[in-house]
Amino acid sequence: MRKARLGVFKFTSCDGCQLSLLNLEEELLAVVDLFDVAYFREATDKPLRGTFDLALVEGSVSTERQKEEILNIRDRARYLIAMGACATSGGLQALRNWASLSAYKARVYPSPENVHALSTSTPVSDHVYVDYELWGCPVTRNALSEVLVSFILEKKPALRGYSVCMECKRHGIPCLLVSQGAPCLGPVTRAGCEALCPALGKPCYGCFGPKDDANVESLLSRFRLMGLRSEECRALLDKMNTYAYRKVQGENRS
Amino acid sequence: MSQLILWKEDLQQLFHRLQAAYRVIGPLAADGVVGLAELENLSSLPIGHRDRQGPGVYRLENVGDADIFSFVVGPDSVKRFLHPPVQHPYTFRKSRKRLHIASPRAAPQEKPLAFFALRPCDVAALKLLDKVFLESPLKDRRYQAVRDGVFLLAVNCLHPAETCFCHAMQTGPEVRDGFDLSLTELDAGFLVEIGSEKGKEILNGVPTAEATARDAAEKAAKLEASRSRMKRSVPLRALPQVLYNHLEHPRWAETAARCLGCGNCTQVCPTCFCTTAHDHVSLACLAQKEAQWCGSRVRLWDSCFSLNFARVHGGNFRTSRKARYRHWMLHKLAYWIDQFGTPGCVGCGRCITWCPVGIDVTEELEAIAASRNVP
Repeated sequence: MRKARLGVFKFTSCDGCQLSLLNLEEELLAVVDLFDVAYFREATDKPLRGTFDLALVEGSVSTERQKEEILNIRDRARYLIAMGACATSGGLQALRNWASLSAYKARVYPSPENVHALSTSTPVSDHVYVDYELWGCPVTRNALSEVLVSFILEKKPALRGYSVCMECKRHGIPCLLVSQGAPCLGPVTRAGCEALCPALGKPCYGCFGPKDDANVESLLSRFRLMGLRSEECRALLDKMNTYAYRKVQGENRS
Repeated sequence: MSQLILWKEDLQQLFHRLQAAYRVIGPLAADGVVGLAELENLSSLPIGHRDRQGPGVYRLENVGDADIFSFVVGPDSVKRFLHPPVQHPYTFRKSRKRLHIASPRAAPQEKPLAFFALRPCDVAALKLLDKVFLESPLKDRRYQAVRDGVFLLAVNCLHPAETCFCHAMQTGPEVRDGFDLSLTELDAGFLVEIGSEKGKEILNGVPTAEATARDAAEKAAKLEASRSRMKRSVPLRALPQVLYNHLEHPRWAETAARCLGCGNCTQVCPTCFCTTAHDHVSLACLAQKEAQWCGSRVRLWDSCFSLNFARVHGGNFRTSRKARYRHWMLHKLAYWIDQFGTPGCVGCGRCITWCPVGIDVTEELEAIAASRNVP
């Protein structure tokens, strides 16, 4: 039986999610056993050729050329999986979606005319059909492993859509919001990290993006009652999943 | 039932008697909350602490209270020990020819558990969990393995939190049955009641005195004061019908606008027992030559507030938060009554305290029950 062809692609991102894949360590050999790693610039120098059974896409769509590239990859892939905050919600670079790109460019680069970027940074799902989304900044080894295994077994991956609070409670971590008044985004954020930050006494800052049916407005009302100003609330959400949280807020209001 | 007095300095002796025969689980302050953990000695109790609780707020303060049991319940309950949040009921291995499933028996416990200073609400919760896991047609073996031989030392509640409503649910502040020993903290000592042979036996060698009528009067007065401090009420006699009559009450949508759907209420609830299950297979296992695949079934605490909870083949029958909140309250306060003859709520107030936005189940129920003519 021929091995499934796996492609790993990068758009606008920091490469951290691809590194999560390489960080599978002892399981990495299993990946090579099970898949024909046909394209993966972080790991091999094989050129882009042919079709893929499974394409893992990191990064957001941020340039005119990338808009073409993502269509090309979708055409070549049986399953396309967006991995990480950039691919699932536009990433930190989506902060420019509500700002002036030319002002940013002029401020950062000596020759801004050489920077060919779109005025927005958008998730892969804004451009093509995405089969599954792996959230997180970066994605976890567990989620990557689950999706690769599920592909082989032809089953639906067990991915979490509920809140980080559920993981806090499973681990017996006292609620930072209720017991300390900390502005924790856990109640509106997707689980999957095993409550990494709250376990270390730090409130969740939402790197897994909004959970299913997140009620962002209600949580922010609570934060304002606790004494946070509106701009402080805004700053809590304006991180790597800013675009996804803002979309949810739009839905909450309508 | 005979009543005895145990002097406060002799509580240590009772504790040692328990420790000799049981793994003693009791209240332990850590990270700013009273949790439940194995107690090494009596001095690890959060003596002199008060837990200030309100809707969405919990603060543990050392106020130097003279009482030993001046705090009540934190987020954890016996549920964590009897029905753990993560379980692996069985493992499986498939080769080309056969599928092998192994359900390892829970490793026999070295010592059974003793719950030290369990509150009346949690004694009631344990009885409800027993109904679910042991009195149903399908018994939960894992639950039973831990449950068998458990010792319950109950402590009556004299310092209820603002969120407590056991009085309204008729489960407290005095424990009525289902315990081995119960203590009521008086000014000079503890009034001890024996609830079982096991309880009587553990008192062997612990110095006690016969309680007097004055002790009994002090206990009654303290419990009455405790009752009067609990302000929340629940229209028990109107249940479950009052909820069935108001399935389309506008209040459901108003609450849903506040509800985060985060599931905290269900996770801290001592009687919420729902789980989800999936099969975990590792990459390494798939790459093995001798098996096609292998792995384990994973059973996790779940919540009816999660969107996927009600997803079945072909659709999801509770897609709105309104439907999910309503389902939760109806399950607790209506379906339970139909199924088990008693509400699934014990009035511990945890869901009120640990709701990040402070939704109060008694307030919601009151709003719905008050307007009897609204559909």
